[in-house]
Amino acid sequence: MTLSAFLFQAINGLSTASGLFFIAAGLSLIFGVTRIVNIAHGSLYMLGTYIAYSLAMKIGGAVGFWGGIVLTALIVGAIGALIEVVLLRRIYRAPELFQLLATFALVLVINDATLWLWGPEDLLGPRAPGLAGAVEIFGRRLPSYDLFLIVIAPAALIVLHFALAKTRFGRLMRAATQDREMVGALGVNQAVLFTSVFALGAMLAGLGGALQVAREPANLATDLAVIGDAFVVVVVGGMGSISGAYLAAIIIAEVKALCIAIGVVDLGFMSVNFSKFTLVAEFIVMAIVLIARPYGLLGKPQGNVRSVAEPENPIRPATPMLKMLGAVILVLLLALPLMAQTSPYLLVLGTDVLIAVIFATSLHFIMGPGGMHSFGHAAYFGLGAYGAALLMKLAGLPMLAALLAAPLVALIGALLFGWFAVRLSGVYLAMLTLAFAQIVWALVFQWEGFTGGSNGVIGVWPAAPFDKSGAYFLLALACAVAAILLLRRFLFAPFGYAMRAGRDSPLRAEAIGIDVKRIHWLGFAIAGCVCGIAGGLFAFAKGSISPEAISVTRSIDGLVMVLLGGIQTLVGPVVGASVYAVLQDTVMRQTEYWRALLGVIILVLVLAFPQGIAGALSSLTRKLGRKSGGAA
Amino acid sequence: MSVLSVRSLSKTFGGVHAVNEVSFDIGKGEFLALIGPNGAGKSTTFNMINGQLAPDAGDILIGDKSICGLAPRDIWRLGVGRTFQVAATFGSMTVVENVQMALISHAGRILSLWRPAASLYRERALELLAQVGMADAADRPSRELAYGDVKRIELAIALANDPQLLLMDEPTAGMAPRERNDLIKLVKTLVIERGISVLFTEHSMDVVFSYADRIIVLARGRLIADGDAAAIRDNAKVREVYFGTGKTFQEASS
Repeated sequence: MTLSAFLFQAINGLSTASGLFFIAAGLSLIFGVTRIVNIAHGSLYMLGTYIAYSLAMKIGGAVGFWGGIVLTALIVGAIGALIEVVLLRRIYRAPELFQLLATFALVLVINDATLWLWGPEDLLGPRAPGLAGAVEIFGRRLPSYDLFLIVIAPAALIVLHFALAKTRFGRLMRAATQDREMVGALGVNQAVLFTSVFALGAMLAGLGGALQVAREPANLATDLAVIGDAFVVVVVGGMGSISGAYLAAIIIAEVKALCIAIGVVDLGFMSVNFSKFTLVAEFIVMAIVLIARPYGLLGKPQGNVRSVAEPENPIRPATPMLKMLGAVILVLLLALPLMAQTSPYLLVLGTDVLIAVIFATSLHFIMGPGGMHSFGHAAYFGLGAYGAALLMKLAGLPMLAALLAAPLVALIGALLFGWFAVRLSGVYLAMLTLAFAQIVWALVFQWEGFTGGSNGVIGVWPAAPFDKSGAYFLLALACAVAAILLLRRFLFAPFGYAMRAGRDSPLRAEAIGIDVKRIHWLGFAIAGCVCGIAGGLFAFAKGSISPEAISVTRSIDGLVMVLLGGIQTLVGPVVGASVYAVLQDTVMRQTEYWRALLGVIILVLVLAFPQGIAGALSSLTRKLGRKSGGAA
Repeated sequence: MSVLSVRSLSKTFGGVHAVNEVSFDIGKGEFLALIGPNGAGKSTTFNMINGQLAPDAGDILIGDKSICGLAPRDIWRLGVGRTFQVAATFGSMTVVENVQMALISHAGRILSLWRPAASLYRERALELLAQVGMADAADRPSRELAYGDVKRIELAIALANDPQLLLMDEPTAGMAPRERNDLIKLVKTLVIERGISVLFTEHSMDVVFSYADRIIVLARGRLIADGDAAAIRDNAKVREVYFGTGKTFQEASS
């Protein structure tokens, strides 16, 4: 590699940084004031590209292109305002987790709306009128539009900076970022402030997306790809800091460019292609920054926003009725292979449900009693699945041994990632876990030689006697029952109590000699380990494992299952996972727009049933019990 | 020998000397009040002793062991119990479970994964609750209790590891006068029975002058008086900080 090639990549990196900056700046502004991490910000960016494309095509010429970009920013800003007024305003006081889920639901809805409006094809916009040419730099041709992008990001940074420093609106925003309750107490209309901040943030995302129209085709996968990058940038730069967002955008883009520039390096015993590790590199940068500076390079610790989540009831051992119910269900499940003679699909569905139950129960273990809202539980599912599949394929392990190894592989991963994750809390923990899951995903996706890349590992079939779906179902059932009972036992033991103690009041827990971080770390490891069983079972049930199966969507599925069942109850994840897995297999397969459907389900859940199914049922029975008790 | 010795303790926050060369001792069984106007450095001193903050200079000894740089949980293991200014209990547990957790931790069985926690040390926990007059509420969720009762639970928790020293940060903050008096009377009785030393900060002068064996006074980060109730009442400097302007004191000290 020559120096000029290297410098060329560095300049290329700067133009990529510009798009990242716009979306990250918007995300950061919104978080600073409203304390909502808007996962749908990538979707607004994506909408920007699509709308700018349509405007440029419909109107045409320089007016259609440049005017279209400005108009797009305004339109996306208006969409942002609409979202804030219709949805977010209702959930500012909801627990963080619900806010994250609600904005994720928006991602799904917007994605399907885009699919419906523009269709599934990639749409490449026109060249930028006036900047269609290229300039020669270091012996290579760089599009002049890229140069324009390099200049516009710092220009926007300066404008934003002065707007924040000098205008009344800017001062209010900065004040609200520091202490929004005080701003409210001073008589500022918070509703208007929040709406305008959200609109401004959305506008920036729309602008960033629109500016990409001449560079990259509009694509339906942009939303999640971009939001991942934007999270990294915002976290590295520091939540709420615009300059931090710019600095971090440059660092991330340059690290990626560097990886590409380095290319293949021969290490003697093996050659490593660094250009394949751009995704991994980005998340490693984030992990390092979070560990060294938990609030980002230019961020400040955020003041606590008082949580208004209703505290949960003390846990009680299962009532005789619950035990009876469990036994009846178990007997029914044991008889399922007999009943399934006529419809073999029932067993496939049943196995899927059991895997989902293990997955959700293990996630609930750290989310509920541990209070750690992991947005990356798919990582341990993936480690288990790939661990089992690769050990069988490459190391020639027999099926049962590979299945036993799955939780161990996941345990190692969870011990490593958990050690970092428990040092953070709240949205930062959510993002770090998400980042770790993305590292795992990127590793299996980009390391083709070992993991099979996007094709995954195939031919992972169970050995006899488990090659029959009935026997495999019973194996999954045994694993699920063992996992549920074991985790339940742990929760009633001192360890589980200590986890809850650390969640309820870290101050008090430390004051009675509990090492909260250590307890939560071990809890994280146990959850990851059990989740690995689900991964292993999944690989053998499907006969293959691919990166798609361990993407961020699986992590989110897990969150929805736990919330659907009710995070504050111990049977919640079992109920939630069963209902959700059946829904997914039946209803959602019927429609092309299943994402939007899922999004709507999540929104209904968040707005109407914050306690989940099991939670709503138990509070209902308690109410009824109280009524009849009063009458008697 | 003193139970706790504080030696030339100092802490600055960005140029402000929050605590400046403060030294004092607590003898066995002593009920020592730490008072002073707002911003005097009481909380900072307190948080250094309980391990929440690391001192810039000076030393803190429990017996003859320095506890500077130890985490709160390690200090607790040395026999130091604590209650908080804003009472902190585990809201998702019952009252008795709250106390059981402290007992389980004291026995070093926190990492146990098998025996149900609710069955461990229940008798002992009930005894402790009876001592603070909360046995009837044992199986209620702790988050349902009135604030004054939560403070009593905290006291039971703090007594669980048989402490030789009890740190109480404004034990009666947020309580009605009647409750306030009852709680302090209770603490005093328990302390005398068990020979525990207590260091507490307090805003209510009624409480301080009726119950404290000895009083130390902080103002602007410095220790300005140390003595029994009568001595402190007559101390000119103390009167100055409480009744005079802050300005007068600054001139007097510089």
